[in-house]
Amino acid sequence: MLARVGHDGKVLAGGQSLVPILSMRLAAPGHLVDVNGVTGLDGVEVRDDAVRVGALVRHAGLERHDAAATALPLLRQALHHVAHPAIRNRGTTVGSIAHADPAGEMPAVAVLTGAVVEVVSARGRREVAAADFFLGPLETVLEDDELVEAVRFGRLPAGTRTWFTESARRRGDYALAGVAVAVRMDGPVVAQARAAFVSVTPVPSVLDLTPALAGRTAEDLPLDGVAELVRGHVDPETDIHASAEYRRVLVDALTGRALAAAASAPDPAAPAAEGAA
Amino acid sequence: MSTRQVGEKVQRVEDPRLLTGNGRYLDDLGQGALQAAFVRSPHAHARITDIDVTDALDVDGVEGIYTYEDLDGRTGETLPVLIPHPSLTHPRTGHCLARDVVKHVGEAVVMVVARDRYLAEDACARIRVSYEPLPVVVGVEQARSGGHRVHDDVPDNVAAHLVQEVGDVEAALAAAPNTLTLELDIERSASMPLEGKGVYARWDTDDGSLRLYSSTQTSTGVRAAVAAKLGMPLAKVEVVTPDVGGGFGVKIVHPWPEEVLVPWAARRLGRDVKWTEDRREHFVSSSHERGQLQQVTVGFDDDGRLLGLDVRFWHDNGAYTPYGVIVPIITATQLLGPYKPGAYRVEWWSLYTNTVLVTPYRGAGRPQGCYAMERTMDAIAAHLGLDRAEVRSRNFIQPEEMPYDQGLMFQDGRPLRYDSGDFPASLAKLKALVGWDDFAAYRALAEREGRRVGIGIGCYVEGTGVGPYEGGVVQVETSGRVNVATGLTTQGQSHQTAFAQIVADELGVPMADVHVTTGDTRRMAYAVGTFASRGAVMSGNAVALAARVVRAKALRIAADALEVSPDDLDIADGVIAVKGAPGTSIDLKTVAVLSNPLRYAFDTSAQAATQFAGTFDPEKPPVADDDEPGLEGQDFYSPTQATFANGMHAAVVETDPVTAEIRILRYCVVHDCGTMVNPMVVEGQVHGGVAQGVGGALYERMVYDESGQLLNASFMDFLMPYATEVPHIETDHLETPSPLNPLGIKGAGEAGTIPVTAVIASALEDAEGFPIRSMPISPSELWELRLAHASDTAAPQEGSP
Amino acid sequence: MSEPVTEQLIEITLRVNGVPRTAAAPARRLLSDFLRHDLGLTGTHVGCEHGVCGACTVLLDGDPVRSCLLFAVTARGHEITTIEGIGDDPAALSPVQQAFVECHGLQCGFCTPGFVTTITAYLDEHPDPTPEQAREAVSGNLCRCTGYQNIVRSVLRAAEIRRERAGGDDR
Repeated sequence: MLARVGHDGKVLAGGQSLVPILSMRLAAPGHLVDVNGVTGLDGVEVRDDAVRVGALVRHAGLERHDAAATALPLLRQALHHVAHPAIRNRGTTVGSIAHADPAGEMPAVAVLTGAVVEVVSARGRREVAAADFFLGPLETVLEDDELVEAVRFGRLPAGTRTWFTESARRRGDYALAGVAVAVRMDGPVVAQARAAFVSVTPVPSVLDLTPALAGRTAEDLPLDGVAELVRGHVDPETDIHASAEYRRVLVDALTGRALAAAASAPDPAAPAAEGAA
Repeated sequence: MSTRQVGEKVQRVEDPRLLTGNGRYLDDLGQGALQAAFVRSPHAHARITDIDVTDALDVDGVEGIYTYEDLDGRTGETLPVLIPHPSLTHPRTGHCLARDVVKHVGEAVVMVVARDRYLAEDACARIRVSYEPLPVVVGVEQARSGGHRVHDDVPDNVAAHLVQEVGDVEAALAAAPNTLTLELDIERSASMPLEGKGVYARWDTDDGSLRLYSSTQTSTGVRAAVAAKLGMPLAKVEVVTPDVGGGFGVKIVHPWPEEVLVPWAARRLGRDVKWTEDRREHFVSSSHERGQLQQVTVGFDDDGRLLGLDVRFWHDNGAYTPYGVIVPIITATQLLGPYKPGAYRVEWWSLYTNTVLVTPYRGAGRPQGCYAMERTMDAIAAHLGLDRAEVRSRNFIQPEEMPYDQGLMFQDGRPLRYDSGDFPASLAKLKALVGWDDFAAYRALAEREGRRVGIGIGCYVEGTGVGPYEGGVVQVETSGRVNVATGLTTQGQSHQTAFAQIVADELGVPMADVHVTTGDTRRMAYAVGTFASRGAVMSGNAVALAARVVRAKALRIAADALEVSPDDLDIADGVIAVKGAPGTSIDLKTVAVLSNPLRYAFDTSAQAATQFAGTFDPEKPPVADDDEPGLEGQDFYSPTQATFANGMHAAVVETDPVTAEIRILRYCVVHDCGTMVNPMVVEGQVHGGVAQGVGGALYERMVYDESGQLLNASFMDFLMPYATEVPHIETDHLETPSPLNPLGIKGAGEAGTIPVTAVIASALEDAEGFPIRSMPISPSELWELRLAHASDTAAPQEGSP
Repeated sequence: MSEPVTEQLIEITLRVNGVPRTAAAPARRLLSDFLRHDLGLTGTHVGCEHGVCGACTVLLDGDPVRSCLLFAVTARGHEITTIEGIGDDPAALSPVQQAFVECHGLQCGFCTPGFVTTITAYLDEHPDPTPEQAREAVSGNLCRCTGYQNIVRSVLRAAEIRRERAGGDDR
């Protein structure tokens, strides 16, 4: 169907971003392709190397999925921050990735976990790495006749702790700034640290913090060094809610807090650690 | 004696209905009506050069498309200036549909009436209006510079200008040992009720009459205005206010263009027509409030006592002035709060801008006035190194000085004379509640933990219960049911319960028997409306007085029937009995029967009243010369002046040393609204007001760009607080009854909102150690201020207690 | 400008409050409008139509959703519960409805149905919230009248009433 009407159509899954736009008559696509009835798209599959999330999996469903949370705690950590529960009950995680809002939480999680986007169309299938998927704010490589069928979030190497935090004006608002971090510990010291950001980059991208943090303990993280790397990486804008400079300070502080929380967290894979979210 | 209801936390009678989906709000009515939608201007200032509706005519289900050209009779005239004032030398109002020029984004240009709203909007999308943009004026600074004019014939964009003076301010300032000047500003917010405006018109073709439903704060106002505009006699127009999902001021303006156009279309089409606005429409075509630039110069002695106060402020009134200049008038007068200012001079300008109208929003100018005064008090304290509460205390009007005349004219045209209040007692309660004297210790503790905290305070006085009047009708049916009607309206203030409590007490009947109707011109045609914290004062007293009329009549009739004196009787639980001899009694409902001599018996109780039943005197007429049939009474309450409530708030805030995020740790309220009919209701009003105040202090502002576009015309970007953004509110009460009305009530509707911006600014200033002069404030803005003040060498905590 | 929407009507059948309900409406009819205007269930209110205020919240298979962000056709095959389904008899209020009366949790009542559905679903999953959790639970719905304090109290009282009605306090 998308092959027929995709040029003047939009896919309707969760609708939490699309329907307000339609109600305000900011967009008037000729066709809406409601995929909510399509079978086989609502599965969550935990594999050895990834958590595969189908297109119709609601944020709330993934958030509640214990096996997924155990395999990749970052999912639940981030999903908790997406909008409000009522929005999460309908909005889809895959949909938010396809929507590519720079203020979205899940695109950041996608790049940080090296996710793979599974795309399908009448012409066949293809797979796109998350790092290559986003072109700009609200813009992806998807063609008009393509549908994202699933996203495979990569599971992280043993010893990796994750954390997600953001700061918004009100509960549930789009974040002024946010960050997802993955810190692989080697005993008491950091072996690798990476971060991806929310609302402060035009497309989600991964920042390697390892140069600043390698070999340091959780109590002794050099936050100044981190700040330098973060500020060099982000490119926030000024809007009515916050200035670009403030967002830099904010994301900096959030990253420091996230790193401290992740580095001092117990190993999620260790038997004692239950539901590490 | 029945259980006394007034003063009790009686559960609301309206709740079960509203909780089970049985509310009847405007859009719930008129399911078969045609629906209207509007094409609104996308430009802030432009000449309309062409309107092409051709493509819209093809849309299935369209019944009518109208522009200014179609408006006949008085509907084509400008909308009224509701409250003229000598200072308002250049009032300007718009037309129902724009004529030639649009002056703000959102102004209605074309009305479409169709089978349903979706189709009406489809049609609107196909209408092409051509505009020639004109220069745009946005913001007070641009308006007062006079470079461009919003209205061609209004120089310098000044709609109104007023100077009020008591004493010789110049001399006072010259002689003062200390003077300070403050530059302050507050930005716009808005009422923003959860239910927008709506109008539903039922046109009766058979008898040429109109029944109009509107989500309004004044049914009698709408009735008069619509009748005038449609050239109809009042007798042919009735206005019914349904359940209303909040007003907060925005729904007192009347007539909104739609309130005229919808019934006009209904009459023209001979069909029922309805319109409910969507949220974006509300943002750009209702009204806002709060935007002012202020300059205060104050002279004071070394003890912090005010000697002279010179205030100038510039008020942004948007593109038109349909509600006159009530807001700046209130700012200018209520600014004085509970203080003696010494000499006082206030000068203000109300300026046009190419933005949405500015009309009262809960507080109606008081928040701005309180802000100016309270920032000044804090500045005085900081300057002298005195405790901020102590400085205020030294300037209070004392209880023994009541009534205290400030020497100014208030918004009702009557003297600003405080009738009652005990400010020292209120302050003592507040200090105890928040722990004012212990704060230094708390701050020290917080500092050791690396936390930054501050405490703030704000005091206000509120003139409530302004006239001209409200009325009540109380009627006892033969079933014992008591019908109460008052003409003002209800938007959540619990009138159905509170007024029933009053009448139940006055009449001695169970509350369950009392049924209250508000806002229906068919039931009570003489009324003003719900605004300015006047509902309980005005209608509460009016229904009490009406109930007393009924009580007196009932006792007279009962005394006759029981052959005793009326003074020997009492009414309890709907039974009139001789005091001390409960066996001798007669039901109130029986008295209702007796009060109306009938020819025809409609039911068994009526049988008792027919002219052939019971005892009667053939020499006397069944209805005496000076009497009327029925157990019914009507009375009005009309005050000589407003009655002054007051309150004081305190807040403890915490700011993040790095990110400048702001948290309110505690919020305390002490208020005095005289006698409380229902303390639960009063407390709820305070909570709601504080929440709006917190919104206005930290989250809400209308953001216009330089071309007059409202950048945040949605709930996504206009940040009304959720539950997580509103603190837990601790309240304490003082009750100094009003000496001005029979029930001793003062208004409470706006109490929660008035000082909040001032209090939060005060607390932030205390936490940060530098002046906060511009509100609202976000973490980003606080952070920028920190940067700007970072170069200040070690500034000691100013104004700490 | 794209082609005008042809108002082709579709027979839409939804299970609402336990009962199959059918009406004909265009495909673009929002669930909020379908409930209110096509089915006459006006208890669900519309405050913003962009999913922020929550006044339109209904339960879809027991989960709170914004009915203004759903098309009626998409809701086919699901169980919808509106405020009328929580309880439409003023003399027989549900625990949440009863709690709101006791705690003065509403003033104008416009936002209330959205809160009641949200809280009803919440207490089914979290029957014993702390005050902080109760406040979090209602932080996705806007109220302009109450300042939320009494709504938070209503959540806690509703939890109590649920326990009372289940046959005595379990604690």
